[in-house]
Amino acid sequence: MNIQELTEDVPRVGDNDIESIDFITSGEQYLTFILEQEQYAVDILCVEEIRSWEPPTKIPNSPEYVKGVINMRGIIVPILDLRLKFNIGQPSYTEVTVVIVLTLESEQHSRTIGFVVDAVSDVLNADESDIKKAPAFGGCVPQHYVEGLVNVGDNVVTLLNVQSLQALEPHQLN
Amino acid sequence: MSVDLSQFIPTFLEESFEGLALMESRLLSLEVDDNESIHSIFRAAHSIKGGAGTFGFENVTEFTHLVETLLDEMRDGRRVIASADVELLLDSVDCIRLLIESARDQSDYDEAKVAQTSEALTKTLSQGASASDVESSPAPGGEVEQKAAQWQISFIPSHHLVKTGNDPLLLFNALADLGPLEISAQASELPSLLDMDPQELYLSWRLLLTSAASEDEIREVFEWVEDECQLELVQLEPEREIKQDKGNSNSQAEEATSGAEIAAEKPAGPVTAPCSDKSPEKKPEKSQVKNKQDAGSIRVGVDKVDNLINLVGELVITQSMLSELGNDFELSKLERLTSGLEQLLQNTKELQESVMRIRMLPISFAFNRFPRLVHDLSKKTGKAIELVIHGEQTELDKTVMEQIGDPLVHLVRNAVDHGIEPADVRLAKGKPEQGMIKLDAYHLGGNIVIEINDDGGGINKQAVLDKAIDKGLVEAGSNLSESQIFDLIFEPGFSTAKELSDISGRGVGMDVVKKNIQSLGGRIQVESAQDKGSTFRVNLPLTLAILDGQLVRVGSETYVIPLIAIVESLQAKGELINRVSGDMLLYRLREDNVPVLPIYQLFSLPADTTEVENSLLVVVEADGQKVGLMVDDLLAQQQVVIKSLKDNYQQVDGISGATILGDGSVAMILDIPGMIQLAMKSAQKNQAQHYSANVLAGETV
Repeated sequence: MNIQELTEDVPRVGDNDIESIDFITSGEQYLTFILEQEQYAVDILCVEEIRSWEPPTKIPNSPEYVKGVINMRGIIVPILDLRLKFNIGQPSYTEVTVVIVLTLESEQHSRTIGFVVDAVSDVLNADESDIKKAPAFGGCVPQHYVEGLVNVGDNVVTLLNVQSLQALEPHQLN
Repeated sequence: MSVDLSQFIPTFLEESFEGLALMESRLLSLEVDDNESIHSIFRAAHSIKGGAGTFGFENVTEFTHLVETLLDEMRDGRRVIASADVELLLDSVDCIRLLIESARDQSDYDEAKVAQTSEALTKTLSQGASASDVESSPAPGGEVEQKAAQWQISFIPSHHLVKTGNDPLLLFNALADLGPLEISAQASELPSLLDMDPQELYLSWRLLLTSAASEDEIREVFEWVEDECQLELVQLEPEREIKQDKGNSNSQAEEATSGAEIAAEKPAGPVTAPCSDKSPEKKPEKSQVKNKQDAGSIRVGVDKVDNLINLVGELVITQSMLSELGNDFELSKLERLTSGLEQLLQNTKELQESVMRIRMLPISFAFNRFPRLVHDLSKKTGKAIELVIHGEQTELDKTVMEQIGDPLVHLVRNAVDHGIEPADVRLAKGKPEQGMIKLDAYHLGGNIVIEINDDGGGINKQAVLDKAIDKGLVEAGSNLSESQIFDLIFEPGFSTAKELSDISGRGVGMDVVKKNIQSLGGRIQVESAQDKGSTFRVNLPLTLAILDGQLVRVGSETYVIPLIAIVESLQAKGELINRVSGDMLLYRLREDNVPVLPIYQLFSLPADTTEVENSLLVVVEADGQKVGLMVDDLLAQQQVVIKSLKDNYQQVDGISGATILGDGSVAMILDIPGMIQLAMKSAQKNQAQHYSANVLAGETV
């Protein structure tokens, strides 16, 4: 696998040059990413790193959306597929598939989980007032994962709640 | 200038718990003429009192003061040490511990117990001194009657003494309490007014004290400024002999008279070692134990840290060598590169071992509570019991140590309660009246073995069997081997005690002991002979962080099987496979029928071989149950570092953790008891084969 090629293909936050990002704007910053042509975003402070896909080690009898675990500098990190978790289409894994690794610090301990997405797109600034409540009209993504919606131009970005993303369903015996 | 004292509280707590442990162990082994012990007990109490005072734990100070007074009377020989006093002091140690714990956790404590003990202390103090005064009881250790002596004290404080919050005036006041005091100040070092720093102290003093106090008592006044001054003590009129039993502290004092003594005792930092340059009197405390609860820190010998630093140094050298090689690499340097890499490997290995060793503590940390436990239990049961401890220097991982404590306590309690017979029964059997419990720890292979041995009545096989039949664990008339019978006592709810006693049988059974030991990856075995006694042998891994594993392949996945669980590995022969009750596969391993567990099926994976014929079987054992794990390939055997799956994910049935292999990939570590249970669960799910569940579950159904 050619690293050079890989890094060119993977959209990165850093692709925007420093001047074009207004770091001093008010409000929180969110990392947006794409899943099946739709835009989603998570709190950027929770993003540990963005990695390329590597086949993980399977966890026996785990749900389908748990792809397995990888070794991230000595830490065992589970990899979850968001498309499968949200039931929005079938994923395909290639060298350009992106994994967003999120760390959520809680009082007891911090938990690090990687999420497979299609691509990372942008950094979004949003005030609290910009975030609108999501209407409860079905959709594939369970309501408790959605923190709100943000309008960006003509598009709508779904803000995901990292807390509930990190909450794992108890391991079930198939 | 204010110093935030609260930052020293953890150190104070740690040292106090050490002090208490020292007091306890010394009290337990206290004999009448044992002045050395009394002194060290007194010192421990005194520093707890001092520290508690500094940090404002007033109830601790108050209580410890009573203890100290009592100890002082013993120390001076004004009180003969009676066993009742020792009991009282042991209770007091418990109370101080309670008080300090409550100060630490800011929680409530058993006020009634403390009040009761402190009352008892006051009562003893009020009776004691008059009942046995100096004349009627010659002091232990050949101490002579005390007469006033004249002491010349030269006190040269360092310039910054007042900055540390000490005031010479207070010291002199304290000295004056001991007897008439003459003070002359020497101002020769006083600089001119212009050069003088008003915050510094330029004076030194020569003091003349007439007092019956011992040298120790005088030195005690200066205890808090020991590091900050030069102190000389000369006895001008040696009207009385110097106590002969002073031991180390005395010889040290004699040396001190010839020259300035620099305080040898340094405040203990978080890293202290039992190294030889410490004053000898401090030594016994060093080997003492820290309370289990303050799990936050670990005290490590400086030698271990030094070793680590050396290794890191070497690693850095190797690294710089390698990076230099890499700068402009030519093939001609290949040999140097190879040797450099080899060196790196060696360094890393040693470093790993050294780091592991830091977590290793001598097992005395777990054993040290037993003298007290056995002492109390033997009081309670009225059985005379001697406790013998061997191998307490055997080292064990701290985590393992913390978790093995309770099971061991349970086993020792059992030995006292069920094992050792009452004295009359023992005598009737022709045994010595005093029972014996032996604790032994030693290394065996990569494991540590802890044995709890008693010379009591042994386990009554028939009683165990009857009870098991009664409970429906075993069918009447079944033929069980001795070890199978003994294993029955680890069944839940199994107790042969005729009645529940206060000591054991409080709801926690041997099943919990076994479970705890198993959760540490260990095993427990019993040996017993009627009227000779029983031995419980606990086999534990040295550490929870590293494991010897057998790597196996199933399909495209690599798994690690803990080597300790493996009985043997073999190529399955078709004719030895029996298919019973439809779907259950049994492999005939000599006389045993071993159920075959296809990993690929259990974990729903694609595998190369799905037929047992000619497949590889790794026979493993857990809970006395053997199973044959079906694998595609046997790979290397290696030590693996155990990483938690639970940290970022969750507990997975049949998996005890994960590890990172040499190529950076992750491999799952199989949890053998968990896998057997998993197989049992899925077998029970397919209830159609009711029989197969029974076979797998064996006698545990």
